[in-house]
Amino acid sequence: MTEPQTQPATQTAPARQGEPLLSVRDLEKHFPVTKGLFQRQVGAVKAVDGISFDVYKGETLGLVGESGCGKSTTGRLVTRLLEPTGGQVMFEGQDITHMSQGRLRPLRRDMQMIFQDPYSSLNPRHTVGAIVGAPFRIQGVQTENGVKKAVQDLLELVGLNPEHYNRYPHEFSGGQRQRIGIARTLALKPKLIIADEPVSALDVSIQAQVVNLLEDLQNELDLTYVVIAHDLSVVRHISDRVAVMYLGKIVEIAERKSLYATPMHPYTNALLSAVPVPDPRGRAGRERIRLTGDVPSPLNPPPACRFHTRCWKAQEICKKVEPPLAELASGHRVACHFPENAPGAPEAPATGKDEPVNA
Amino acid sequence: MSPFLDVKDLKIHFPTDDGLVRSVDGVTFGLERGKTLGIVGESGSGKSVTSLGILGLHKGRGANISGEIWLDGEELVGASQEHVRGLRGKKMAMIFQDPLSAMHPFYTVGDQIVEAYRIHNKVTKAVARKHAIDMLGRVGIPEPGRRVDSYPHEFSGGMRQRAMIAMALSCDPELLIADEPTTALDVTVQAQILDLMRDLQREFDSALIIITHDLGVVAELSDDILVMYGGKCIEYGSADDIFYRPEHPYTWGLLGSMPRLDREPTERLLPIKGSPPSLINVPPGCAFHPRCPYTERTGDKARTEAPALAETEGGHLVRCHMSPAERRDLWENEIKPVLETP
Ligand SMILES: Nc1ncnc2c1ncn2[C@@H]1O[C@H](COP(=O)(O)OP(=O)(O)OP(=O)(O)O)[C@@H](O)[C@H]1O
Ligand SMILES: Nc1ncnc2c1ncn2[C@@H]1O[C@H](COP(=O)(O)OP(=O)(O)OP(=O)(O)O)[C@@H](O)[C@H]1O
Ligand code: SF4
Ligand code: SF4
Ligand SMILES: [Mg+2]
Ligand SMILES: [Mg+2]
Repeated sequence: MTEPQTQPATQTAPARQGEPLLSVRDLEKHFPVTKGLFQRQVGAVKAVDGISFDVYKGETLGLVGESGCGKSTTGRLVTRLLEPTGGQVMFEGQDITHMSQGRLRPLRRDMQMIFQDPYSSLNPRHTVGAIVGAPFRIQGVQTENGVKKAVQDLLELVGLNPEHYNRYPHEFSGGQRQRIGIARTLALKPKLIIADEPVSALDVSIQAQVVNLLEDLQNELDLTYVVIAHDLSVVRHISDRVAVMYLGKIVEIAERKSLYATPMHPYTNALLSAVPVPDPRGRAGRERIRLTGDVPSPLNPPPACRFHTRCWKAQEICKKVEPPLAELASGHRVACHFPENAPGAPEAPATGKDEPVNA
Repeated sequence: MSPFLDVKDLKIHFPTDDGLVRSVDGVTFGLERGKTLGIVGESGSGKSVTSLGILGLHKGRGANISGEIWLDGEELVGASQEHVRGLRGKKMAMIFQDPLSAMHPFYTVGDQIVEAYRIHNKVTKAVARKHAIDMLGRVGIPEPGRRVDSYPHEFSGGMRQRAMIAMALSCDPELLIADEPTTALDVTVQAQILDLMRDLQREFDSALIIITHDLGVVAELSDDILVMYGGKCIEYGSADDIFYRPEHPYTWGLLGSMPRLDREPTERLLPIKGSPPSLINVPPGCAFHPRCPYTERTGDKARTEAPALAETEGGHLVRCHMSPAERRDLWENEIKPVLETP
């Protein structure tokens, strides 16, 4: 029963009703910054600073944002590779926020992480068979026809030759190594996969192979994904919904189509307009939003709206009152006082439904 | 008249214990002042080795180099190491992918620009320092008068990249090679750097080579584009040739692999099967044949005979056994419709 098997393709649209598979509320991770001999705490890196989102069964949620905005930390918090300093993580209705490693262990089978770097995430001294088979051994799972057969089935599933069982990672290309990592992830038939930059270290032709593979596996195995990436084109291709992060906060979250067609947060607009377009004739006439400066440090994030130091629409209120993540269109939430593309765009600052703004 | 930079059949091979690595195996192109050439290709296709070769950085390092590199009428492959070194900085300069590796960690950013500037300009330290502050300001470093005394590690990634551009441009090089200048940067910072390079190039009228695996970046900047595969140029032409009438199956594969924000999303990406070739045991015949969907169209030739880089029309060069008519027919009727339908 526990042998990985291929189920018939179910191509139903992700249903967003019922209980979410993963539910995150006000999640926080502040890393202490210490100084001196006695490791006195002098501050905190607010890597993730109060984010909330749900992930429904069978869907793909994309998580985008610039370097250091807290994407990987989020991934590690929801899989409990890190313990949150605040907020709550619910997986299949169970509160796992502070669950002990012992009690988490059976849940680990259901939540797996794929990492960015196909080079360093595989132990070079282990064969492919040992690497992909490790989860069976660690979790003490019995397989019907032995671990070897199970591993070979997995290798086939991800498009590798089952005869590669005894080879070592260095004998494979980057894309093949990423497939090995994915095979290992699939070993225990997880329900949720958090993929942290799964293709960003790969060449474009190989990227496309891995993106297609992730999509096929989702259909075949009914997987749910959170895909973390900084590449907005890849995220659009792969996601059903997308969350945009800036300095530890989610600033916008929406259905894929809605986010890319009518981005509301100024930061999302800036991100999208900064992506170079492979269309040389279009370059002259293109209108661009140019941000100045770099992302500020999460050690000392700007107060209220964190984007105000780079935002061309910023007003006094943006420096004083933090805009709530409010639903301005169906399923489309945005945290901004002066959103773009908002339906019936209010001239006055957009506010949360029941939070009065006292600027 | 030959162009400002004229590279002819450049080959750079490295003898290693495992065999001869044919990193660059016949690259030909020309580039005028004020123009930008984009070099694209997968990892290991020989892009960086080509650029380091033009700067003469493989000389005396056991590499076998042949072919010709003419820069402003002067041949560089046969020139002495000292002579080529003397050209670096003023005649040609490079922006590296990783600014930390190109900057000295123990000297301030300002000192490094001052030193580079004074090699080619007989000026006092004070004048050079003023120039350094000027350059840092030009590339958008805030408070250049203060930041000139910072060390590289005190800069963010985007600022370091800008500082390196300032350093590379400090002597107004006539040829500037940028090797993956924005790969490590966030898109909003990348956009700033690309704008900056475009402006500075216009101002200095220098020839620019931009190396990247990102077709979007190439499309933003390039007049001409060279596509490399397995150490060889497999397609070369104007940006319009490469994006609107590409003729090589590998170029088609690159375009099909890439999700695009400017089009309706396709159901599936069209990847190139297999993986890039080894440069020691390059596949015989056409190096792309193990991955090419059209191998059968050229019969045994694909496996036995190396195709030549041949002109198809108006300076557009393609290395493939199929006839130009056949390739155009495939592009118009089979490839383009799939890439462009919503
Ligand atoms: N263990 C840690 N201790 C202290 N700070 C940390 C730790 N891990 C991450 N950080 C900081 O938290 C912030 C968020 O980091 P994170 O890795 O989540 O960003 P990211 O969005 O994944 O960025 P990237 O796109 O570069 O991978 C960064 O400023 C980072 O330096
Ligand atoms: N000094 C050397 N000795 C032997 N082989 C080398 C040497 N330098 C480069 N190579 C090989 O030459 C090939 C081309 O390398 P190059 O750095 O030009 O690739 P690239 O196209 O720039 O790739 P990337 O996109 O990864 O930067 C690679 O296979 C590399 O391993
Ligand atoms: S709240 Fe103000 S500063 Fe923040 S994104 Fe909106 S307009 Fe810009
Ligand atoms: S020569 Fe043959 S194998 Fe090579 S690219 Fe052309 S069609 Fe493909
Ligand atoms: Mg990360
Ligand atoms: Mg390179």
